[in-house]
Amino acid sequence: MARTSQQDRKSVYGAAPVQDPVSSHTLAVIVDNEPGVLARVIGLFSGRGYNIESLTVAETDHTARKSRITIVCSGTVHVIEQIHHQLSRLVPVHKVSNLTLESTHLERELALLKVVGKKDKRIEALRVADIFRARVVDSTLESFVFEITGTTEKVNAFIDLMRPLGLTEISRTGVAAISRGKEGVYEAA
Amino acid sequence: MATKTTLKPKNKAGAKSAAKSAGKPQMKLVKSTPEAKKAKSTSASQWVYDKKTLTGAEIVIQALVDNGVDTIFGYPGGAVLPIYDAIFQQKKIKHVLVRHEQAALHAAEGYARSTGKVGCALVTSGPGATNAVTGLTDALLDSIPVLCFSGQVPTFLIGTDAFQEADTTGITRQCTKQNYLVKDVKDLAKTVHEAFHVAKSGRPGPVLIDLPKDVQFAPGPYQSPEETDLSRYCPRTMPDISLIEDAVEMMANAKKPVFYTGGGVVNSGTEAAELLTEFVQMTGFPITSTLMGLGGYPMRDKQHLGMLGMHGTFEANWAMHDCDVMINIGARFDDRVTGRLDAFAPNSKKIHIDIDPSSINKNVRVELGIVADSVEALRAMIAVWKKRKYKADAAAMKAWWAQIEKWRAVKCLNYQKSAKTIKPQYALERLQAALDKEMSKKNGRDVFISTEVGQHQMWAAQFLKFDKPNHWMTSGGLGTMGYGFPAAIGVQMAHPDALVVDVAGDASILMNIQEMSTAVQYRLPVKIFILNNQWMGMVKQWQELLHGERYSNSYTESLPDFVKLAEAYGGIGMRVSDPAELDDVIAKMMKTDCVTIVDVCVDPSENCFPMIPSGKAHNEMILSADAEKFDKTLV
Ligand SMILES: Cc1cc2nc3c(=O)[nH]c(=O)nc-3n(C[C@H](O)[C@H](O)[C@H](O)COP(=O)(O)OP(=O)(O)OC[C@H]3O[C@@H](n4cnc5c(N)ncnc54)[C@H](O)[C@@H]3O)c2cc1C
Ligand SMILES: Cc1ncc(C[n+]2csc(CCOP(=O)(O)OP(=O)(O)O)c2C)c(N)n1
Ligand SMILES: [Mg+2]
Repeated sequence: MARTSQQDRKSVYGAAPVQDPVSSHTLAVIVDNEPGVLARVIGLFSGRGYNIESLTVAETDHTARKSRITIVCSGTVHVIEQIHHQLSRLVPVHKVSNLTLESTHLERELALLKVVGKKDKRIEALRVADIFRARVVDSTLESFVFEITGTTEKVNAFIDLMRPLGLTEISRTGVAAISRGKEGVYEAA
Repeated sequence: MATKTTLKPKNKAGAKSAAKSAGKPQMKLVKSTPEAKKAKSTSASQWVYDKKTLTGAEIVIQALVDNGVDTIFGYPGGAVLPIYDAIFQQKKIKHVLVRHEQAALHAAEGYARSTGKVGCALVTSGPGATNAVTGLTDALLDSIPVLCFSGQVPTFLIGTDAFQEADTTGITRQCTKQNYLVKDVKDLAKTVHEAFHVAKSGRPGPVLIDLPKDVQFAPGPYQSPEETDLSRYCPRTMPDISLIEDAVEMMANAKKPVFYTGGGVVNSGTEAAELLTEFVQMTGFPITSTLMGLGGYPMRDKQHLGMLGMHGTFEANWAMHDCDVMINIGARFDDRVTGRLDAFAPNSKKIHIDIDPSSINKNVRVELGIVADSVEALRAMIAVWKKRKYKADAAAMKAWWAQIEKWRAVKCLNYQKSAKTIKPQYALERLQAALDKEMSKKNGRDVFISTEVGQHQMWAAQFLKFDKPNHWMTSGGLGTMGYGFPAAIGVQMAHPDALVVDVAGDASILMNIQEMSTAVQYRLPVKIFILNNQWMGMVKQWQELLHGERYSNSYTESLPDFVKLAEAYGGIGMRVSDPAELDDVIAKMMKTDCVTIVDVCVDPSENCFPMIPSGKAHNEMILSADAEKFDKTLV
C-alpha cells in the first residue's frame, strides 16, 4: 500500500485528551405537558448514552399545561453542557436550568418505607425514625410505614439504617429541586 | 371574506355562515345539510362546506396549500384513504405515486434540498410508516426539512394490535426533529402549521404527523398559518455582535487561516452562498467544504481547495491540519472530516458558526462559538471587516498560499489513465465536460446531481464541480444506498426542465430500482449514470486495505442487465465499456426525454484516493500510487 512519509510523524501531536472528572448535576426542565414529551427526553438520554440518576416529572402549571422535569444526571462538564443543549433544542422544551451551576439550590426527596418487625427491632426503628424526623404514616402490630423527606443522602442513610430493622419495601419520588433566593427558573416567554 | 382559503364555498348557506363566523372556529358542518350532501354526491370535485369547517383530510390538504406545497410524494393504504380521497377531489396539489415509501421520503428530500422548501410525503399506517423510517433518519442526519404524514388506525383501536397498527410516533421519535399523534381534529390545522414551521426553522429536519383514520373523517375547524401561534419554537438566528467582532479580529490577525464550510451554508440557500463568496474573496483566505457543503462556494475558484475529510483533497486536509485560524460556518466537525480528534488542526484557534447550539463544542472544543444563521453571521462579519477596514496580513498570506500551492502540486486526484478500460474518474470528467457544455449553451439547462453511496459518490464529490448551492444531493450523514434515484425524482418534479443526473453504483441503484416505474409514469427524464464496477466498491476497498483482501460478500453477484432492465420498465438503456465511445453515449444520454440508465462499465479494481483511514489524522492520508510519486518533492 502506498503511504505518505508523514505517517511517521503522528507522535508529534500529543496524547489522547485527559478525560475530565465526572460530576452530578441537577437540571430543571420546563416542558409543555403533551404526549410524548417524557419519551423524547428519556429517549435523548438513552440514545446519546447519557446517565440519568433521577428523574421526576409532574404538571406544575395546569392552565398553561406546563410540567417541570427535574433530572439528576452525571457526566463530564462537556457532557453536561451537551445534555443542556440537546434538551434545549427539543420543540416542547421551554427552558433548561442547570441548578448546580447557576445557583445554590435545595434538593428534596420523599420516600415511603415499610418496616416489618417485632419487639426490639420495632422500638429501634421508631427511635431511628425519630432522629431522622421521619413520620409514621401507617402502623400495624407488626409493621410501620415511614415517610421521610430530605436530601438524597439523608434518605439513603435512613434506608441503610432501616435495612437490618426489617425494611421490606421502599418507594421514592426522586429529586425535586429549586434554587434559593428570589430568582427562579423563569420562563422564556 | 378576506382569508386565503382557496376552496370556496359553493352554496349560499355555506358562504353566509362562513361570513358570520369569520375568524372564529366554527364547528357546524355545512356539509351535512341535505343540500350540501346532494351537491357532494352529484359533483365530487366540488367541495361544499363552510370554509372554516372541513374534514380532517380536507384540513390536511388546505394546510398544505396554505403552506405553499404543490407536490407530495406518497403511497396509499387503508389508513390514509380519506386523505387520498381528498387529494382526488382537488387540483392544487400534485401527488406523485412512488413505488416504495422509503423513496417517498428521499424524493421529498431531493425536492426540499433543490428548492429550499419543505418536502412532503404521505404514507399509510404500519408497513407504510416503518418503510419511511430510513428516509426520516436520512433527513435528520443531513438536516433536510421534510414533513411526513402517516395514517394510523382509528383512535379507538390504538393500542389493540389492530390491523396494520404500529406505534409510529414511538418508532419515529428518535429519527424526527418532532412528531405528533393528532387525536382530536380540533388540533389538526395548527399541528400541521407548527410542523411546517419546525421542519424549516432553526436547524431543519424531518417532522412526522400520525393521523388516525377517524380524525381524517371527522369534521373540524380550520385556521390558517397566519392565525396560528407558532411562538413556542423560535430558535435564535441573529448572532451576538460582540462575538462576531472578536471572530473578525481573529481572522484579521491570522497567518494561516482557512474557511471550513458545510451544509449549514447550503441550508440557507443562494443568499448565504453569495455572502460567503463575497467574504472569502474579500479576505483572500483559502476555503474547503464538506461533502454536504459543496456548492456553497464556486468550486472552480482558485481559493477553493476542494472537499476535505476522509476522501478530501491533500491540500484541503493539510491546510486544515496546519491552519492557525479555522472559520467553520455551518459544518459539524463530523468524524469523516476530523479524523483522529486529538490530532485535528492541533495548532489552530477555531471559530464555529452554527444555528444549533448543540453542534458547538460537541465533537471539537472551539475558542469561539457563535449561534446564528449562516446568512446573518456572514452579513455581520462582512460589515465588521469593511467597517474596520481590515486587511489580511499580506506577507503571511503569500507564504500560506505558497505552501498550499505545494500541496496542490501533489495532484492528489491523479489516476492512471487507460485507453482500454473506462476509469470511473475519467467517466466523471467526461460527464462534467458534457454538463459544462450544456450549461454554457444559450438556454442551457440547469444541472442537478444526486448520488447513491459508495466510491462513485466520493468520486463525484472529487471530480464534479458545483458552483451553486442546492444543486448537489447526496446522503452524507446516514450514507443511505438507494437515496440518489428517488432524490433525483424529487428534484426533477421540482425542476421539470432541468437536467438531473443520479451518479450511481451498481449495488446502490438496486436498492430503489422500483422507482423506474415512478419515473416512467410521470415522464421524468432522470439520467442514471451507473459507474458499474461489479463490486460494492467501497466495501471492497476497506476489505482490501484493512481486512487482508478477504472480499467477504462484496462482489455484486448476478447483476441484472441494466439495459434490458431499463427497457423492461419502459425507459432507455445504454451500455458503454470503451473509453472512446464514452462521449457519444453521454451526449445521447443528455438528449433522451425519458428515464435513462447508462451502464458505464468501469475498471473494477480502482480505489478511491486520497483516503484517511478511520481514526487517523489528516496528515496520515493515503494517496494513490500515482500521486505518491510527487510526494518526495513535498514538505
Ligand atoms: C461513504 C461516505 C464518505 C464520506 N466522506 C466524507 C468526506 O471525505 N468528507 C466530508 O466532508 N464528508 C464525508 N462524508 C459525509 C459525512 O458523513 C457528513 O455527512 C458530512 O461531513 C457532514 O457535513 P457538514 O459538516 O457540512 O454537516 P451537515 O450534516 O450538513 O450539518 C450542517 C450543520 O450546519 C448547521 N446548520 C444548519 N442550518 C444552518 C444555518 N442556516 N445556519 C448555520 N448553521 C446551520 C447544523 O446545525 C449542522 O451543525 C461521507 C459520507 C459517506 C456516506
Ligand atoms: C443501506 C445501506 N446498506 C449498506 C451500506 C454499506 N455500504 C456503503 S458503500 C457500499 C457499497 C456500494 O456499492 P455500489 O453502489 O456499487 O458503489 P461503489 O462503491 O461500487 O461505487 C455499502 C454496501 C450503506 N451505505 N447503505
Ligand atoms: Mg459498485
